[in-house]
Amino acid sequence: MFTAPEIDYLALLPLIVVFAGGLIGCLLEGFLKRSVRVSAQLWLTIGTLVIALVTLVWVARDNQGITAAGAVTIDGPTLMLQGLLLVLSILGVLVMSERLGGTTPDAFTQSGVSVPGSAEEADAVRLGGTTTEIYPLALLAVGGMMLFPAANDLLLMFIALEVLSLPLYILSGLARRRRLLSQEAALKYFLLGAFSSAFFLFGAVLLYGFAGSMRLDVIAEAIGTETGLDGLLIPGILLVATGLLFKIGAVPFHSWTPDVYQGAPTPVTGFMAACTKVAAFGAMLRVFYVGVEAARLDWQPILAAVAAITMVIGAVVSIVQTDIKRILAYSSIAHAGFILTGLLALEQVGASSTMFYLAAYGFMTVPAFALVALVRSAGSEATHVNQWAGLSRRAPWMAAAFSFLLLAFAGIPLTSGFTGKFAVFAAAIANDYAWLAVIGVLASAVTAYIYFKLIVLLYFGESRTDTVVVTPSALTTFAVVCGVLVTLGLGVAPAPVLDLAANAAQFLR
Amino acid sequence: MSDMPWLTILLALPALGALALVLMPRGFARSRELALGVSLVTLVLALFVAVEFIVGNGHIQLQETYSWIPQFGVSFALGVDGIALSMILLSVILVPICLVAAWDDVPADGTRRQQGYVAWILLLEAMMIGVFAATDIFLFYVFFEAMLVPVYFLIGQYGGPERARAATTFLLYSLLGGLIMLVAVIGLYVAGPGGGDGFLLENLTGLEIGGVTEKLLFLGFFIAFAIKAPMFPVHTWLPQAATEARPSTAVLLVGVLDKVGTFGMLRYCLQLFPEASQWATPMVLVLAVISIIYGALLAIGQKDMMRLIAFTSISHFGFIVLGIFAMTTISQTGSTLYMVNHGFTTAALFLIAGMLIARRGSRNIADYGGWQRVTPLIAGTLLVSGLSGLALPGLNAFVSEFMVIIGTFQRYPAAAVLGATGVILAALYILLWYQKIATGPAPENLSSTTRDMTVREKFVVAPLVAAFLVLGFYPKPVIEMLEPAVTTTLQHVGVTDPASATSADGSEG
Repeated sequence: MFTAPEIDYLALLPLIVVFAGGLIGCLLEGFLKRSVRVSAQLWLTIGTLVIALVTLVWVARDNQGITAAGAVTIDGPTLMLQGLLLVLSILGVLVMSERLGGTTPDAFTQSGVSVPGSAEEADAVRLGGTTTEIYPLALLAVGGMMLFPAANDLLLMFIALEVLSLPLYILSGLARRRRLLSQEAALKYFLLGAFSSAFFLFGAVLLYGFAGSMRLDVIAEAIGTETGLDGLLIPGILLVATGLLFKIGAVPFHSWTPDVYQGAPTPVTGFMAACTKVAAFGAMLRVFYVGVEAARLDWQPILAAVAAITMVIGAVVSIVQTDIKRILAYSSIAHAGFILTGLLALEQVGASSTMFYLAAYGFMTVPAFALVALVRSAGSEATHVNQWAGLSRRAPWMAAAFSFLLLAFAGIPLTSGFTGKFAVFAAAIANDYAWLAVIGVLASAVTAYIYFKLIVLLYFGESRTDTVVVTPSALTTFAVVCGVLVTLGLGVAPAPVLDLAANAAQFLR
Repeated sequence: MSDMPWLTILLALPALGALALVLMPRGFARSRELALGVSLVTLVLALFVAVEFIVGNGHIQLQETYSWIPQFGVSFALGVDGIALSMILLSVILVPICLVAAWDDVPADGTRRQQGYVAWILLLEAMMIGVFAATDIFLFYVFFEAMLVPVYFLIGQYGGPERARAATTFLLYSLLGGLIMLVAVIGLYVAGPGGGDGFLLENLTGLEIGGVTEKLLFLGFFIAFAIKAPMFPVHTWLPQAATEARPSTAVLLVGVLDKVGTFGMLRYCLQLFPEASQWATPMVLVLAVISIIYGALLAIGQKDMMRLIAFTSISHFGFIVLGIFAMTTISQTGSTLYMVNHGFTTAALFLIAGMLIARRGSRNIADYGGWQRVTPLIAGTLLVSGLSGLALPGLNAFVSEFMVIIGTFQRYPAAAVLGATGVILAALYILLWYQKIATGPAPENLSSTTRDMTVREKFVVAPLVAAFLVLGFYPKPVIEMLEPAVTTTLQHVGVTDPASATSADGSEG
């Protein structure tokens, strides 16, 4: 007899709010007239995210547990990561909405489906096409991201992976300027993403074959007992890991990162870089800490090697980049390596340091890309490093904010970047991964070179007249100021957030 | 009175001054006066702190401890022994002198440039106080790394034509050393008792870690300090940085900042890793002797006078390190006194050379000749400073150099004898330099407006020359302040003076 599973709706309330908001957004897209669509969608999206955050703090926090037939776990790490995702998405959506005095969000094309330069595109612009589809897409992606670290079942995790990925593929292709590059990025992201999802699914199936269930707790129990199909365990883990490592951009599954980061509309890049990392690392934490922790002797060395080459490749290759967005892309690869170093430590300290680093990284990445979007040359974004020379003279505050964020990326003390690095390296050293920490600090020194080269350019370079910094509206300004203040705050007084992360680091199994 | 958090106030004062300067409106006309005022108040306050300090007690005094990041075991803990206090006094005396010397470095041009210049200097002062006063290793590390940022901007934004390169080289060298030290800092915590205040110096002293771990941790700290000091073979950043920096920046860089290296060896390497320190002593002594002779030889061959002064410093740092690792009371007291003396001597050399350069517009020694006829006062004080640099009896450096050599001789006669050749080479590089610049026929084709020392410049030089004489004829109070701290350090290392030792009475001068 089939009994309907108990579902704790209160625990899932934030997720429900976000998905409902996304669906309402789709309806508004169809029924509202163009003139009010932009502001209506913006308010709906921000409102949804804020309400979700409020329900997370006031309702879901008091309803922790494993629910929906064991498929969803709402526990400390889930709540911490979901809250982080919501806050980062609020900032990300604010940056995406930057209109720069125009009538629609500036970074997005008004006609994503038409061929660049075609008559259809010109028509869409003439008729005042809006680009408000980005709002429901973003909300649905956020919903998928929130489900990803909560999933206690590999099949649900796969669904969440697809729900978060599909809107991102579309968002990547919607850039208003350099549209071919953007469409190429979207296609590349889609093809490679579909490929990696297939790996994930194949791994999940092997683990099902091994344990007889896709639920992580069942898999955890099966490890160590004779199941008769023990040979499936390690290949299964590695294939699942491949899908997850692809999402975080770890070497050797990183090659999409620079192209997609460069081609996607800059605000989307910021949103994607910050939020996808949070979600994917959240899922990794759950798979490796809850699901296959008992088999750690088999996967830990492999992940350690991945972390090491990720840090090294990300750092070394960033040096030769000449495009700001590609530099930040390789920097995100290197940061993925640093975070993996923390994750490998296992135990509570591994989870808490990973989550702290994710928070630190997210709050520096969103504003960094927001600032990149403001530097223009002849109407389009000026992302070549040489175009940034001497910007400090014409835009002192922008240069100061960007330099401060670069110091944080480099991990200079009194910024969140340092606290984060300290947290993950301390976790690694305390758990016998000192060699990984040594590679980490050496990679940090290498990445510092490129960050300081940018600061040199910003401050000491010869000023160019063809590059301008546009004045952002209150939306971007708010997001940037928030990001910078959090980056400073987590550097100077990180104790409350560290406490929060430490208290939230206990998984329900 | 003694309940006041003196050191925190001392640290906060220049930092707040820097903040006030940044917040002043663009083109604020009195930024130099404000900065000088703040630095003078800091000086007065530091003198009060010195009065509170009980001379003759070798332990850390004026302690303040507040919990900062308990999750990492970090406290905000300040305190000084005689060595730290003497370095703080050196810093707060040199900063106002440098501000006066730098009065016309950056003209007020209606932008924020001048404000930025003096604000960075004040921020650097705050960090210098912090790095010497920190009694928590994490806090020390934070200041150690964070102080790179002001120096980086002081060199990179306000220095000579090759400033960007020099600033980047300086930064990468220091950052690399610092990051290696970070691993050792974390490793030390793991080896220590841990807990919410596990980074306090007192909790980490006397751990008896032993074995390979202790040696590796020692190396992690030592490499960072050797780069900072700088010692052969990791000295190559210094000549470049000192040459491209403004004279005032060079003074703070070489005169104070580099002392963090030798201070760190004494306070951290010896005290925390006594066994490894003794293991490393032979190698360190060899490098110190090489530094002494190599620095001196290269100084003789220099054509650029700023480079010349930089190389003399490498030679002098060789002496300081020699004295520290000879591990006798006399040699270490001599080294710590040398750290003070070298600060004043180098300051005078850099600043007076800067006055010459400001008049002639060239750093090239060959462009000068006969300047004692043009600017007798400048040439005369340059000679006095040079004589101090070559350790002429009666001037400050003699006492300390003599103490280092006899102290070292008690235990390592060969190193002492080899090191003493540096004294002879010092006479060569100083006197040859003076001869090329000041003696000979009066220079031709010099504009008639070339003036001798101005009133402002007299205010710069007078306190430095006064310091030479006071420390040369009556070093007793300073030695009394330093010696108990040195004795305490040697107790931690577990070394006693050789039987033939006679106690230093400090009246050699």
